[in-house]
Amino acid sequence: MTATHSSAGSATRRPRGTSRQSRAGVAFVAAYVLLLIAFGILPTGYAVYFAFTDAGGTFTGFSNFVTTAQDFRFMDAVGHVALYLLFWLVSLVVFVVSLALLLHRLASGTISKSLRFLFYIPGALAGAASVLVWLFMLDPTVSPVSSLLGMLGFHTFGEVIAPGNLPLLFTIIAFWTGAGGWIVVIYGALNNIPQDVMEAARIDGASAWQTAWRVQIPMLRKWIVYMVILAFAGGAQLFVEPQLLSLASVGVAGRDYSLNQLTYDFAFQMNNINGAAAVSVELLVVSVSAAAVFVARSGFFDAD
Amino acid sequence: MTVNKPSSGPKRALDKKRAALLAGCAATVLLTVTACGGGTAGTTTKDGFAQAPQKDGALTVWVDATRMDAAKLYQKLHPEVKLDIVSYDGDANGSNYLQTKVQLFNRTGKGWPDVVFSSQNNEASWAVDAGFAAPLNKGLVDEGTLGKFAKGANDVCTVDGTLYCLRNDLSQAVLWYNAPLLKKFGYTVPTTWEEYQQLGEKVAKEHPGYLVGDAGDSFTPEIYLWASKCGANHITGPKSVSVNTTSEACTKMATLLDVLIKNKSMSISGVFSTDFGKNEADKVLLMPGPAWYGGAVFRDTLKVPAKQIAAAPIPQWQGDSSPSTGNVGGGTWLLSQHSTHVKAATDFLKWVTTDNAYQGEKAPGFPAYAPAAEAWLKGQATAGYFASDLSALSAAASQVWPEWGSGQFSQEAIWAATVKPGLTQGKSIVSMLPAWQDSITKYAKSNGYKVSQ
Repeated sequence: MTATHSSAGSATRRPRGTSRQSRAGVAFVAAYVLLLIAFGILPTGYAVYFAFTDAGGTFTGFSNFVTTAQDFRFMDAVGHVALYLLFWLVSLVVFVVSLALLLHRLASGTISKSLRFLFYIPGALAGAASVLVWLFMLDPTVSPVSSLLGMLGFHTFGEVIAPGNLPLLFTIIAFWTGAGGWIVVIYGALNNIPQDVMEAARIDGASAWQTAWRVQIPMLRKWIVYMVILAFAGGAQLFVEPQLLSLASVGVAGRDYSLNQLTYDFAFQMNNINGAAAVSVELLVVSVSAAAVFVARSGFFDAD
Repeated sequence: MTVNKPSSGPKRALDKKRAALLAGCAATVLLTVTACGGGTAGTTTKDGFAQAPQKDGALTVWVDATRMDAAKLYQKLHPEVKLDIVSYDGDANGSNYLQTKVQLFNRTGKGWPDVVFSSQNNEASWAVDAGFAAPLNKGLVDEGTLGKFAKGANDVCTVDGTLYCLRNDLSQAVLWYNAPLLKKFGYTVPTTWEEYQQLGEKVAKEHPGYLVGDAGDSFTPEIYLWASKCGANHITGPKSVSVNTTSEACTKMATLLDVLIKNKSMSISGVFSTDFGKNEADKVLLMPGPAWYGGAVFRDTLKVPAKQIAAAPIPQWQGDSSPSTGNVGGGTWLLSQHSTHVKAATDFLKWVTTDNAYQGEKAPGFPAYAPAAEAWLKGQATAGYFASDLSALSAAASQVWPEWGSGQFSQEAIWAATVKPGLTQGKSIVSMLPAWQDSITKYAKSNGYKVSQ
C-alpha cells in the first residue's frame, strides 16, 4: 500500500521534475549558445566578411588571399607550421598513448596517481607562463640543466634557438604544457575499457604488448582522434611560443615564423586587417577540413 | 506529424523573432565596429590639420616606465593641469603596441592618447599614414624652438617636409672605453677604424678574453655599418628606399667585424644577454655604442663602478674627411590629431622635450634639444660617474650620417632574423651581406616601399 502510494506519488512528480531538469538543461545550453554566437560565430562571420572585402568594405573576391599568399613570408610560415604540426602530432600520439598505457599497467595505485598528478602540473600553468619557464630552461647561462645543454653542444642562448632547432623546441614546449592533460584523459578512457574484455585477453594468453596493440589502442581510437583534432587546430595556430621566443631573443626567432604571427603582422604592422582575416580564414578552413577527414575516417560520431 | 502541427505556428514566429534578434545583434556589432570611425563633424582646420572640437578635461599622456618621471614632474610643476598618465611598454623592442592600439582606436573612433612617448624612431613612418600624428611645424611649435634641436635630430620625424614628432633624446654612437684598464694595458684610444682593428688584434694576443666591442645585438648594423656609411637603409621618400649592402663602405666594416669576431676580441653575445652579463661584464676594454650605453649598459646593466667609463669620438676611416656616426634609437614624442586638448597637449609636449627641469636634469639619455643637452652634460659632470667629460657626445650629435633613415620596416628585426643566426653558426658577416640585402628588399617591398639600389 505504501509502496503503491509512493510509486504513484513519484509517478505524478516525475514529469514535473523532468521538465524542470530539461528547462535547466536548456538554460545551460542557451547560455553556451549565446556565448558561442557572440564570441565564436559572429567574429568568424566578421572575419570572413573582412577576408572578402577591402578596407573600404568593397567586395574584392579572392584578392586578399592572393596578396597574402604572394607575400614572401607566407610559404615559409606554411612550411614552419607544417613541420611543427608533424613533430607535435606524432610525439603527442606516441608518447601520450604510451605513457597512459604504462600508467594503467602500474600495479601500485599510489604511484599511478602521483604520476598522473605530476604529468598534469605543467598543464596548469598558463600558455605564456610555461613558455617563460622554458626560456629559462633553454638559456645555458641560467638553466638548471645547463650541464645537459653543454653536453649537447649548446653554450649560449643564441645557439639553442638556432632556426633549425625551433620546430623541435616548440614541440617540446607544447608537449610539456599540453600533454599532461591528455594523458589523464586517455588514462580515463583506458579505465572505461570493460574488465571482461581485458580478462578475456589475459585468458587467451595475450602479452602486455598484444593487449595494448590489439585491444586497448583500437578501443581508444576515438579518444586519440579527438586529441589529434584538437591538437591539430591548436598547433596550426602556433603563436605564443614563437612570439615570446622572438621577444626574448630580440628577433632571432623571427616575428613571422608562424602563420598566426604573420596574421598579426599583417593586421598591426602593415595595417592590412583584410589580408590578416584572409590568412585566418585559411587556417580555419584547413583545421575544419582536417577535422572532417579525421572524423569521417574514424567513425567518430558512430554510436557504440 | 499532426501532433507537432499546432506548435509549429508559434514556434516559427519564435524562430523569426530569434532570427530578427540575432540579425539585430549582428548589425549592432558591425555598426559599432565600423561606423563609429567616421564623424568629422565640428572639426576646424587649424595649425595644419582638422582639429576636433576642443574640450576641457584630463590630458591623456602615454609614457614608458623611464618617462614616467617626466610626466610626474610635469604634474608636480603644473598642478592646475588635469593629467591622466598611462604607463605602457613604450614600443620597446619594436613591440608595435602603439601602432596596434591606434589602429583599433581608428576603428572604434575613440581612445587615442593626446601625447605619447615612443622609444622607436620610426613611428612617424606609420603614424602619418594612420592619421594619428599631428603636424607640429604648422603652427603648434614655433620655429625658434624647433631650430634649437640638434642638427638632424628631427629628421626621423619629418615626412615630406612636415614635422610629425619631436625627438626626446639622441642616440649618436661614440667609443666608450674603460679608462683605467686601457691605461693599465698601455693602450691608447684608437681614432681610426684601422687603429681600432689593430688594437683588437693586439688585445686578442696580449689579453685574450678582453673585448673591444660587441656585435651580437640587433642594433649592431646601426653602430658599425651606419658609422661606416653603408647604404643599407637610405629612405629616399615617404615610400621609397635605396638598399646597397655590398658597397665598399659596407664590406670594409663587415671585414673588420669578421676579423675581430674570429679572434674573439669582439663578442657576439649582445650586451643585454644573460651570457654577456655573466661572462663578459668585466672584460670590456672598449665598446662603440650609442649615447645611452653610458647609463643603461655600463652603469645599470653591467654595474661598472664609477670613474672607469669614458667616451671618445667614434673612429673614422683613414682619409675620410667628414666624420660620421650611427644612431641607435632615441625616443620620440607624438601629439594626436584627434586630441580635444590641443593647447594643453602642446604645452606638455614642449615642456617635456625642451625644459631643463626634465631634459636638462632628470633625463637619462642625451637630450635632442641642444640647450637642454648642455645642461645635461654639466649635470653628468657633476654627478661624477664617468671618468672623462662627455664632450664626445656633443660633437657626435651633429655627425649622424643622414643617409640612413627610419622606415616602416624594422632594420633591427631584419638583422636579427637574417644575420644573427648565421653569426652564431660561425658564418662571416661579409658572406651574409647579399642575404641581408635580399631580406631588406623583401621586407621593404612587402611594406609597400619602392626599392632601388
